[in-house]
Amino acid sequence: MNIVSNDDTKCTAAITSLKEVIDPEIGLNIVDLGLIYAVNFMEEEKRIICVMTLTTEYCPMGESIVDNTRQALQSSFSDFGTIEVNLTFDPHWSYSMISEEGRKFLGR
Amino acid sequence: MFAPSLNSDAVKTTSYKVVLPFYLYASFSFLIATIFLFASSEAFLNHYFHPQILAITHIMALGWATMIIIGAGHQLVPVLIEGKLYSNKLAYASFALAAVGIPLLVHGFYFFDMNMPAKWGGRFVVFAIIAYFINVVASAAESKRKNVHSVFVITATAWLLITALLGLALVYNFTYDLLPQNSFHYFSVHAHIGIIGWFLLLVIGVASRLIPMFLISKYTNVRLLWLIFALINGALLSYIVIFFIFPNTISAFVSVGMVLAAAVLFIFYCHQAYKQRLRRQVDEQVRISLLSAFMLLLPIILLFVIIALSFAASGVKSNLILGYGFVVFFGWLTAVILGMTFKTMPFIVWNKVYRQRSAAGKTPNPKDLFDNLIFKIMGVLYLVGFTLFTFGIMDSQIIFLKSGSVFLISTSVLYNWNVLKVFNHKAVTMP
Repeated sequence: MNIVSNDDTKCTAAITSLKEVIDPEIGLNIVDLGLIYAVNFMEEEKRIICVMTLTTEYCPMGESIVDNTRQALQSSFSDFGTIEVNLTFDPHWSYSMISEEGRKFLGR
Repeated sequence: MFAPSLNSDAVKTTSYKVVLPFYLYASFSFLIATIFLFASSEAFLNHYFHPQILAITHIMALGWATMIIIGAGHQLVPVLIEGKLYSNKLAYASFALAAVGIPLLVHGFYFFDMNMPAKWGGRFVVFAIIAYFINVVASAAESKRKNVHSVFVITATAWLLITALLGLALVYNFTYDLLPQNSFHYFSVHAHIGIIGWFLLLVIGVASRLIPMFLISKYTNVRLLWLIFALINGALLSYIVIFFIFPNTISAFVSVGMVLAAAVLFIFYCHQAYKQRLRRQVDEQVRISLLSAFMLLLPIILLFVIIALSFAASGVKSNLILGYGFVVFFGWLTAVILGMTFKTMPFIVWNKVYRQRSAAGKTPNPKDLFDNLIFKIMGVLYLVGFTLFTFGIMDSQIIFLKSGSVFLISTSVLYNWNVLKVFNHKAVTMP
């Protein structure tokens, strides 16, 4: 797991809430699946920017995963008015991004 | 560190309203086909070019397999081409035209009346396929990335259009002298462009992307997929040349040999993906799909036997050709669809029902939307029914045909029950 953040304490809380978001096909949470690249907190603007990816572009479950990511952050950081979830496919997600916990969950 | 983020376009998937009608239509067609199988079992003791057999074949090929593949295609083509679907309106048009056209065409075959209803049915089916073809090609043209899977899908759809156009010409040929020979003469070329060009090419193109995804497998082999693509298209083109220019020659073995080589390479591809998977547990739906890769060998072996016997003094018995058609539509294709329906449809419905609800509490998994016990029973009934009916065809035994079709009706009833259970799923939040 290698999530970039400008606030380690808040990032830990964000990771806890993002672990509630499950990829419905795989059954694994999006943090251990390696979909979250960065979580940045803009204290003055009360804004959170989450940079994430999907296992594949135009993934049929993509909209749902992005919506649920936004909702998870919103419920944990209700004092932040704006939650932005930005998608990137550079770098593309790969199996090497799955965490050790994720691999154990998958049976490897 | 990260490339500029994308807007939400990259997560826009095809609406469930586009996709689900195709699934419902297909599942109902499967039920109708199995009922016809029971009601018309005696027809399987006769020649394969029989009105009721033509009707059942077209319910299976168009109403069942093509409808569900086109429906799923509207959802999966964006994943394969890495771009969004060009037009929802074309997708609706495709459904409406096919939904009206297929029963008209089937009615024409069943009563062997190739006049206006059958001709309109054929026209509607061709228009439906043209709408789908435009949608697939335009979607691919708008996508920045090209890959081997999208080439498989576009080429397969082009072969589908050729199959449908030739089929419509054959319908006209029953009442007008449109072609140099009678429609029966062109039957095998029409059937094989559909089976090899549309179904085989498409199933391999899509499965080679989905199976590693579902298994979470690191395996990828683009060169092998291009080789499979070349073998299938080479087989079909060589068969067409042989059919029209050098008929009744032993060179037909070359075409079947190329299809066999493509099937063996695809099985090797699936095996490698399975071996290199990260996901230890493989669900029944993916297992059935992997099994169907092996089931593909059965019709190919039968095809070798049919060609070999066509040079023997005894000639080919009609029941062997009937058996070949049966294992293609009720065997290989049905096994693929029975597995993949419950690997795709629950996700489409889950997305519709739970997209905005996960924050409200724990939600069921997509696989909880259907009854897994019913699915397993369905799988057993299917294997028994398929085996009995195949024996019935090969041995010309009405008792096996009747009992096999009862098992297949039971299969389709349970399949429909589970499809409707998924379709009617209402949101539940678990504590």
